[in-house]
Amino acid sequence: MDYQTMRTFADSWGLLFMVIVFVGVVAYTFRPGSKKEADKIARIPLDED
Amino acid sequence: MRLRLLAFCRLVCETCCFSDRVRLPDWGISMRFGVETIAVGIGAFLALLGAAFARDSMFEAHMWVLFFVLLCSVAVLLRNASFSTAGAQSGNLSESGYFDEVVKYGTIATLFWGVIGFTVGVAAAAQLAFPDLNIEPWFNFGRLRPVHTSAVVFAFGGNALIATSFYVVQRTCRASLFGGNLAWFVFWGYQLFIVMAATGYLLGITQSREYAEPEWYVDLWLTLVWVAYLVVFMGTLVKRKEPHIYVANWFYLAFIITIAMLHIVNNLAVPVSFLGTKSYSAFAGVQDALTQWWYGHNAVGFFLTAGFLGMMYYFIPKQAGRPVYSYRLSIIHFWSLIFLYIWAGPHHLHYTALPDWAQTLGMVFSIMLWMPSWGGMINGLMTLSGAWDKIRTDPIIRMMVISVAFYGMSTFEGPVMSIKAVNSLSHYTDWTIGHVHSGALGWVGMISFGAIYYLVPKLWFRPQLYSLRLVNWHFWLATLGIVVYAAVMWVAGIQQGLMWREYDDQGFLVYSFAETVAAMKPYYILRTVGGIMYLSGGLVMAYNIFMTIRGHVRKETPIPGSVPAMQAAQ
Repeated sequence: MDYQTMRTFADSWGLLFMVIVFVGVVAYTFRPGSKKEADKIARIPLDED
Repeated sequence: MRLRLLAFCRLVCETCCFSDRVRLPDWGISMRFGVETIAVGIGAFLALLGAAFARDSMFEAHMWVLFFVLLCSVAVLLRNASFSTAGAQSGNLSESGYFDEVVKYGTIATLFWGVIGFTVGVAAAAQLAFPDLNIEPWFNFGRLRPVHTSAVVFAFGGNALIATSFYVVQRTCRASLFGGNLAWFVFWGYQLFIVMAATGYLLGITQSREYAEPEWYVDLWLTLVWVAYLVVFMGTLVKRKEPHIYVANWFYLAFIITIAMLHIVNNLAVPVSFLGTKSYSAFAGVQDALTQWWYGHNAVGFFLTAGFLGMMYYFIPKQAGRPVYSYRLSIIHFWSLIFLYIWAGPHHLHYTALPDWAQTLGMVFSIMLWMPSWGGMINGLMTLSGAWDKIRTDPIIRMMVISVAFYGMSTFEGPVMSIKAVNSLSHYTDWTIGHVHSGALGWVGMISFGAIYYLVPKLWFRPQLYSLRLVNWHFWLATLGIVVYAAVMWVAGIQQGLMWREYDDQGFLVYSFAETVAAMKPYYILRTVGGIMYLSGGLVMAYNIFMTIRGHVRKETPIPGSVPAMQAAQ
């Protein structure tokens, strides 16, 4: 596997993979009903000691 | 699955000498830190052998340093040894049910190295203004500068990160630290790394990679310590009783894993001899340069940013007494920071032999970093919404707020400077130094000070700090010091850059290089003054913390508005 093959893979499939994962993370974070859970989690430091 | 993993990790730890006590045969008694003492003793002997068979004089000197450090450690360990009967329980856990002793040591180490790092910084700044202060050969600028950068970044910042991460991960997971004495190994192993790095610089040992100057043998030691750090942190996450992993821990974990990766790849090198200092990098030419700045910029991104964001997401909500403004924004902040930062390094190599596309890529990703940086800044600041009065009445909150403000300012300035047209003016000038210091003194320093002011009364079970008014003094000394420093460096840097590129109508350079150096003198004196102010703030803090730990409370009028005003009787 030479340099050219690796960089072509990186700037096509690699890039696509990263974009999909990132968009997936954002979509999951803002899925319906996540706000209630997030507000609960945000209180973790305050509930302890 | 998680339990089985945990049991396995514990087994591994206990078999490799981190068991709390070692049983001596037949006597039926055990000695605390027995195996550790023997291991340090063997280390001291190996250092002695290293000094005896060294291939070069610098390695010999460095091994003598190591020998004496380890010898003293053995002495201290033996003096602390308690020979109690086997079965008597000894533990690391404090009254709170958490392993806090190592956090206490980390807090004191943070302060100790902070004051040293700031002092060396002032000395190096004074050397630039007054070259006579360069004392050959050990204390010239070339050797003191890496002592300063490593002392503030790795010794001060690193100890602050290790201490606070151990504190935060226990609280937010509701579990004590994993691995027993392994956390002590992380702490003391890291101090040994710092001592070896700093003494190496003074002796002239360097592999000339910025922020990664230590040679191969010190790098190997840090790798070992860092893997142990990862095991302690991950193990605590695995055994957590809280189902969700709080966002601060995500940032800390990203910091630990990424630094491990960066450190190992950037330091891939072949030593000339196993008994000598010199090593050669596995990379050559522009690949070597890019590896170094991939490391260098992500040291900023993951050490000085991600780790301290973990601090921000725990200590600001705690001190303000209210949850983070938007938890979902913090998740987006985390992932976009992780996805973008790792690509920004090439902006350190604009207009070099690095391919043009790579330079542009570095620039574009740096500009995109604006979004997560400002998202995070807004999240930190808005946590105070509804409690803005605390900025007026609580100097610790004020410190945390100014740190987030500096985070916003320096992450705005950074992308601007990464634009190639701006970089052609700013690069290699003192503007860069000013930028680094607004981030390091402003963001990293201030958030660490805030965290320590919060932590110390908690760790030592004191009702309050010795003096809030002294915190206020620290705040103003540090803030004004940064403002003086950064403003002076902007003017100096832009003037320097403009002088370098000034041509006359016949195409000749107008200024010789020495003239541009001479023009910097007033700025270098002023920046030393800024540094002295910041150092004074650090000394005020050290005194305040010392008195707090000793249990004193200063008699002083409270800060206006910090206690509810008395209502007149109706």
